[in-house]
Order: sequence, then C-alpha cells, then structure tokens
Amino acid sequence: MDRYQGGGVVTEGWELVIGLEVHCELRTETKLFCGCRNLFGDEPNSNVCPVCLGLPGSLPVLNQRAVELAMAIGTALHCDIRPSTFHRKNYFYPDQAKDYQISQYDEPINVDGWLDLPDGFRVRVERAHLEEDTGKTTHAGASGRIHGADYSLVDYNRSGVPLVEIVSAPDMRTAVQARAYATELRAILIASGASDGKMEEGSMRVDANVSVRRSTDATFGTRCEIKNLNSVRSLGRAIDYEAQRQVALLESGGVVEQQTRHWDEGTGRTETLRSKEEAYDYRYFREPDLVPVVPDAEWKAAVADTLGLMPAQRRARLVELLSGGNGAGGNDGDGDGDGELRVDQIATVVDLGLDDLVVGAVAAGVPATLALARTANEAATDAEAARRLDGSSYVALLTLEASGSLSATQAKVVLGDLLLAGGGDPAMLAKEKGFEAMSADSLVETVGQAVAAEPDAWARYCDGEDKLAQVFVGKVMKATRGQANGKAVVAELQRLRG
Amino acid sequence: MTEHPGRITREDVAHVARLARLRLTDDELDLYTGQLGVILDHAADVASLDLDGVAPTAHAMAVTNVLRSDTPRPGLDRDEVLAAAPEVEQHRFRVPRILGEAP
Repeated sequence: MDRYQGGGVVTEGWELVIGLEVHCELRTETKLFCGCRNLFGDEPNSNVCPVCLGLPGSLPVLNQRAVELAMAIGTALHCDIRPSTFHRKNYFYPDQAKDYQISQYDEPINVDGWLDLPDGFRVRVERAHLEEDTGKTTHAGASGRIHGADYSLVDYNRSGVPLVEIVSAPDMRTAVQARAYATELRAILIASGASDGKMEEGSMRVDANVSVRRSTDATFGTRCEIKNLNSVRSLGRAIDYEAQRQVALLESGGVVEQQTRHWDEGTGRTETLRSKEEAYDYRYFREPDLVPVVPDAEWKAAVADTLGLMPAQRRARLVELLSGGNGAGGNDGDGDGDGELRVDQIATVVDLGLDDLVVGAVAAGVPATLALARTANEAATDAEAARRLDGSSYVALLTLEASGSLSATQAKVVLGDLLLAGGGDPAMLAKEKGFEAMSADSLVETVGQAVAAEPDAWARYCDGEDKLAQVFVGKVMKATRGQANGKAVVAELQRLRG
Repeated sequence: MTEHPGRITREDVAHVARLARLRLTDDELDLYTGQLGVILDHAADVASLDLDGVAPTAHAMAVTNVLRSDTPRPGLDRDEVLAAAPEVEQHRFRVPRILGEAP
C-alpha cells in the first residue's frame, strides 16, 4: 500500500480545485474502427491496416464490443447512456496518420454520472466518451524529449485502439481526493472488465486540471492541465507542486496562464509545454463515415447484466468475511490483527481485482485473515499473474499453510512459483524445493488411519488425556517417514475430537 | 461574384486555410470567400424553413448502430507498409522534428 500522505497543504486562505480527465484503453480484441489487433508490446507497426494508417478510401466500422465496454463504464459510473455521434478532431501531428482523431464531441455516449470515494465523498462525472487512441511517437535526440529532438519515430500499433475518456467535474479540493478518485476509478474499470487499468503501460492515463482561488472567491481561477502522470503517486505530487506554484505566482502579483504542463518525475516539478492558442482550433465536424449509436433499453440492460460487483460492494464483501469469524484465532499470516492494516489490505486486493482469490479461499475453508494477508502482501506483488492464477492451486497452497504443512516463508516461495507458472500443484512444488510438504488431504487421511488403529488411546485422548496425542503423532510420522508437520497433526486431532 | 458580408469574411477563410495548412494566394482567398459564402447562403435557406417538430438528422442515411463484431482480421504486411514511408528507422516511420506538442 502506498503510504504517500501529501495533499491538502495549500497556503492559508487558498482553495485548490481539481478536475481529472482519465483516458482508459478498452480491453477489446481489435481496434475501434478496424479489425487490427489491440495488443500492447507487439513489434512496431505490425498491427496496422489501411483504416488505422489513414490510407485514402478506407472506411471506419465501429467495434460493437468497444461500445458495450463504454456502456459498461457508463453504467458503473451511474451515467445517463445517450444516443451518440462521432466527430473528427482535426490537427496535424504524426501520431495520427489521417490528420484527425475520431472522437465523440457534443453527443457523448455517457453523461451526468458520479463516483463515490471510499469515504463517501461524491465526485460528479460529466461525461465518458469513446474515441480512438493515437500512435506512439518516440523522440530521438540527446534529450529524449520533444523539445530539442532531432526527429521522431512513429509506431501506429496503438493508433485506433479504443479509448474511453472519463471527465470529472472540478469537484475535488485536495490531492488526497484526486488520488482516491483515480484509485477508485481504476478499480471500477478493472471490475467492469473494461480495462486493465495499468498506468505504467499507459492503458490508464490521468491528466489533472488544477487551479487555485482565494477562499472567498466565487469563481474558479485559471487552470493548468498537467500531463505525464504515470502513477497515482505522481498525480498527488504533481497536484501539490502545481498548487504551490500557482499560489506563489498569484501572491507575488503574477497571473496564471492557461497552459498544458508536463510533470517531471525526476525533478518533482511541472514545466510548460504550450499555451492554449489559435493553433489548437480543432475544427470539429461530424464524422460522415459513421452513423449514430443509439442504445435502446434492452441493450443497456444486457450490458448492465454483465457487470459484476463494483469495488465498494467487493470491499463490503471482504469486511463481512473477516467479521464472520472465519479468521478468528486462525493463522494470521504476517498480520497483527490490526484493523487499519486489514482496511489497507482489503483496499489493495479490491483495487487490484484480487478479491475473488480471497473469497474463493475462504469458501474452501482457509482462514480469512490468512487469505487476505497472502493476497494483499504476496499475490499483489504480481497482480496480473495473480488475476490469471488458477484459484484451486491458490486454495491448495493456503490450505497447506493453514494446516501447518508449510511455514509462511515456504508458502511465499511456493506462491512465487505458482504465479510464474499460472498454477500448479503446490504440494509438488514444495517437495521439489525440499520443503516439508504434505497435502492437507493426505494428512487428514493419515491421521484418520492412526486414530482408527489405536481405538483405546483415541478414547482416552477424547476424555482429555492430551499427552496421548504423541501416540498418534508418532504413528503419522512413521507412516509418512517424517514428512508430516507435528503441529498440523495435533491440530487435526483436536479438530477430530471436536 | 456577389459579396456576402457577415456570412464569412476573407479573414475567416485565411484563418481556416492556415489551420488546414493550405497556402492560398490573394486571388484564391477572394475566390473561396465568395464560393463558401454561396454555400452558407444555401444552408441559410434551409434554416429559414419552418422546422418545428423535425428531429435533427445526424446522417444522410436514417440508420443507426452499424457495428462489427470484435474479431481480429489480418492487417497489412509490415515490410509493405514501411516501404511506403519516406524514411524508416527501427521499423518505425521517421518524421521530421516536431516543434509543437500533441494535443
């Protein structure tokens, strides 16, 4: 869990106003207007065709899945899903080979929604519209940046990848709120299946509109748009820096110029990219090659039916599991039972979409505290692999740990292997590592055989002669040639005794 | 060629031409200002009609929801694509240095 706690420290007498624009790439097989594959990380210019290269005579055809994922986002954000149209946004820049981007302008598919932060603060969502992504430019030259570049290289694989741009109202007042919004939105995008939410790969990109005003002002100040925010942490730092910059500027008698600023993670500063000026008159006009998208009630309901639980519901579900007694007295993993820790762990697994692993493990009898701790602390370190992990092998591993067949340290090592392989038999993996591994099933079976073989000792043990447990432990050890864990055997005996 | 004051000015045409990266001569500016004015006059004729109760039209064809399934189709061969580029480096299109920034 990221413990950054900045934000809200604007100079006395000033208020910070923040709105966020989030672009998210949709998890489709193909691009928005053509059948080229939507894949990150392929060889440059290997997923291109006449449509996404803007070759003359090519025509766009809208991807139904992209529309439905956009509707899913709108549904999750409580938007009004509207009949919508597409426009051409005209500009000359080599990231779009056809010199315009197809986007939704005055009739977006989703309008007037909201997102509730975990603390209950409501942020209004003005719109969430469909558009196509641009190609990727790489600037060659000493700086590696656009300024001072000698030339640029363009890869059009990303050109035409479906995006939804989600625009919040300027409702946030602190960097902490902005961070919470971005985190919650990412969790919603993942939960709805619309996006993988990877900020580091650019599949979720956050731009922040930041302005400051004196606490007594009724109107907003001039805003700056901050780009290049590659993590939620950067978002918080950039907003705090920008707020301080604007306040200092205004207090020294200057004016804030409306401009786009670039966040530099290394220096911790924002730098000007350009001012809003005439050159960015986009001459929007209706895309003549596309017809309106008009979702009817039936289509909207079908999309809504595909939505699973949203993060707020998922958190509530885990809180319920943990308070349901499943974890009481159980193996706590690394946890110390601290309530705040649990809240953080729950937030982490839900943000990363790993809560099904916890729920599945608890349903299979794993103590909730252990399932939560392993998922939040270990599985979360490779969330992508963990989301693909075969749930039954995860349950098997946690069961081995809960029964004492594997120590916590051993279990973590085996989990690392499971994540790499996408699944597997944890008992087998533990054995390969030379760990004392024995499946819970076979432990139960062996203990049962030992009990059946010594009916007198069992009766006396059941009457309270605890030291007779050693008789059964000895028999199990002999039967398993020392593979069994003594503590686990005793635990099983106690379970059988009831 | 009649003048259409108020509909579109020579300055408007020069502005749009600049945005579209078109270099127009003075004579061409005069010519297109006049022609565009005629087109706008025609649109104004439509606007003068009584259109109460007529829904706005988004497209010349009264169709909606033209969609395709999310099924991949082979694209173009990369060598063929890059053969059409003026310059290529690392399998990417090499373009002159960009002074501005992407919108």
